[in-house]
Amino acid sequence: MDALKQELKESLVEQLNLEDITPAEIGDDDMLFGDGLGLDSIDALELIVMLDKTYGIKLTDPKQGRAIFESINTMSAYIAEHRTK
Amino acid sequence: MSKVYVSYNNIISSLGFDSVSVAKEVIQGKSGLKQIADASIMPEPFMSSLIDDEVLSAAFNNTSEKKYTKLEQMFIASLQDTFSQSNIALTDRVGLIISTTKGNIDALDDANDFPKECAYLDVLAKNVTNYFGFKTEPIVLSNACVSGVLAVAVAKRYIKSNMFDQVFIVAGDLVTEFILSGFNSFQALSSEICKPYDKNRIGINIGEVAVSALVTKNEANLSDDAVEILGEASCNDANHISGPSRTGEGLYRSIKSALNQANLTSEDIDYISAHGTATMYNDEMEAIALNRLGLEHTPVNSLKGYFGHTLGASGLLETIIGMQALKQNKLIKTLGFAEMGVTQPINIIEETTEKPLNTFLKTASGFGGCNTAVIFKKVK
Amino acid sequence: MENQFKISSYCHVKQNKISLNGKVLFSVKPEESTFLKQAYKALNVNYSKFFKMDKLSQLAFLAADVLFQYENISEENQENIALVMGNKASSLDTDRKHQDSIQDKTSYYPSPAVFVYTLPNIMLGEISIKYKLYSENSFFVFENFKTNYFYNYAQSLIVDNKADKILCGWVNVDDEDYEAFLYLVTPNGDLQHTEQQINTLYNELWTL
Repeated sequence: MDALKQELKESLVEQLNLEDITPAEIGDDDMLFGDGLGLDSIDALELIVMLDKTYGIKLTDPKQGRAIFESINTMSAYIAEHRTK
Repeated sequence: MSKVYVSYNNIISSLGFDSVSVAKEVIQGKSGLKQIADASIMPEPFMSSLIDDEVLSAAFNNTSEKKYTKLEQMFIASLQDTFSQSNIALTDRVGLIISTTKGNIDALDDANDFPKECAYLDVLAKNVTNYFGFKTEPIVLSNACVSGVLAVAVAKRYIKSNMFDQVFIVAGDLVTEFILSGFNSFQALSSEICKPYDKNRIGINIGEVAVSALVTKNEANLSDDAVEILGEASCNDANHISGPSRTGEGLYRSIKSALNQANLTSEDIDYISAHGTATMYNDEMEAIALNRLGLEHTPVNSLKGYFGHTLGASGLLETIIGMQALKQNKLIKTLGFAEMGVTQPINIIEETTEKPLNTFLKTASGFGGCNTAVIFKKVK
Repeated sequence: MENQFKISSYCHVKQNKISLNGKVLFSVKPEESTFLKQAYKALNVNYSKFFKMDKLSQLAFLAADVLFQYENISEENQENIALVMGNKASSLDTDRKHQDSIQDKTSYYPSPAVFVYTLPNIMLGEISIKYKLYSENSFFVFENFKTNYFYNYAQSLIVDNKADKILCGWVNVDDEDYEAFLYLVTPNGDLQHTEQQINTLYNELWTL
């Protein structure tokens, strides 16, 4: 699980072009959207593509994303349970 | 200062190849949208209004050796009709504006027969210009989904600044894999016919048309559906590059500025032809902006249920249908709307009805936070 | 038409150099590939959304930022500055990226963060967001810089009281090639807002 969390932090920084943040600075419980990391609606859509491309998880309802992408903890838990690759 | 008008015009669409026929279908409540299964454009079946290639080539009737792309054929076929109705000579006082978001973007696809060079918008513009023999350099306007109606404003401004006496504007975009895959990645597409402002709306349909019109200051030769351009403005939301402003700021400012220029108040507007894409956020944003302006009682429609969202053409397409509505004194219903689905009250036209009409407001909004509002008044 | 407006400042970006009013502000060796990123740091832009933008928006944003910093234009004032820009290649640089992501049907993952930049007017949106410009936006495509179209359009916005100032210019990115030339049209300034003057300034791009 820790390896998955680390992997997620790295891909977040790289794929969402978070130039002024390092993976180490993202806490497992940090809010990714809103006041936390400050991600926006395009980032949320980008994360949906990442789930599909890297983990083989298809989200059909964008509203589902809100709970899943709350933090690294929620994301990793969802991926661990639903991944197909 | 002399007045500027939108005059002779044409619509090339799945509902017909001239404005009068297309408006007739729309007034009868017919939609050009249907389910398309074409895996070369989209893996799953999708809802769209497409122009039939064979009908188009027959209408275009190319007599030259040169091969034209589908979009070029659409532009030329549309302009040909507007051009012959207008009956004016092409001098250095006649301009051409081409509105498109993506032009021949299908030329980037390895499977496309045309060279990739065709994807440059100036190359597309040159092909259209040379076909007709325009004496002036073409202007391509690419301002996302407001391009079509912004062309009306830009044409007026070039006429007012005395660069031209008359400007032909032509607008169009294709339904391509490029566009559908992008909107799909935004989770913005609806697999059913779109439902503007409706409680159960789930997204947009993308459609294709080419439309054209003559913008002129010559009062002596106007079409019977001609309208005067009273005011126009295009203001940015300054908020987000893809999400509409939650306060409708840019649209609010655009309409306000257009009203000021027209020297009118909200009460003077007989009806509004809105953008109404049927996405959650767009429709809600429009309802908020209209309320801030005291336009909540003014009859409003979205025409997306007839054509889908025709991108860079939509604003001009809907302006032309608006001109026909004014001429025929008809409020055209919002096809697809059943139950109020925006939080602020607006007066959606639910049935096509007769009503004396003199003025209308056309609005559009798009990616990049852009918004445009133009106010028109009937001439005859 | 009475022409009382002036050009108060201008900026060129080409060949890994940025200049303001004809003087080079920042440059790196022509072979360096991270020029825009280095310029961002050197010029204290301090706007993390910059790194989410495509190259075309980054280029327009940097050039605008150089002029606005120099002119003391800040978001607090929410000035009525119209944006009138154009180029040749539209957003083709990013269009090609989006096309690449859908070309192979066995690896079909179009990215929304790429797709949103497949419109050339997004750069106007990016500048508007940073500087809170709720103002007129128009984006044109021409074969090359057409001075008369930019000049006359700016004049019409002035005459119709649509804007107090106008940021005009040319921002083009096509594969490895890029160039930007922006100038600010204002009521006060040292240079006349004339077609001849705009031409002279534009041509400095090629001697940068």
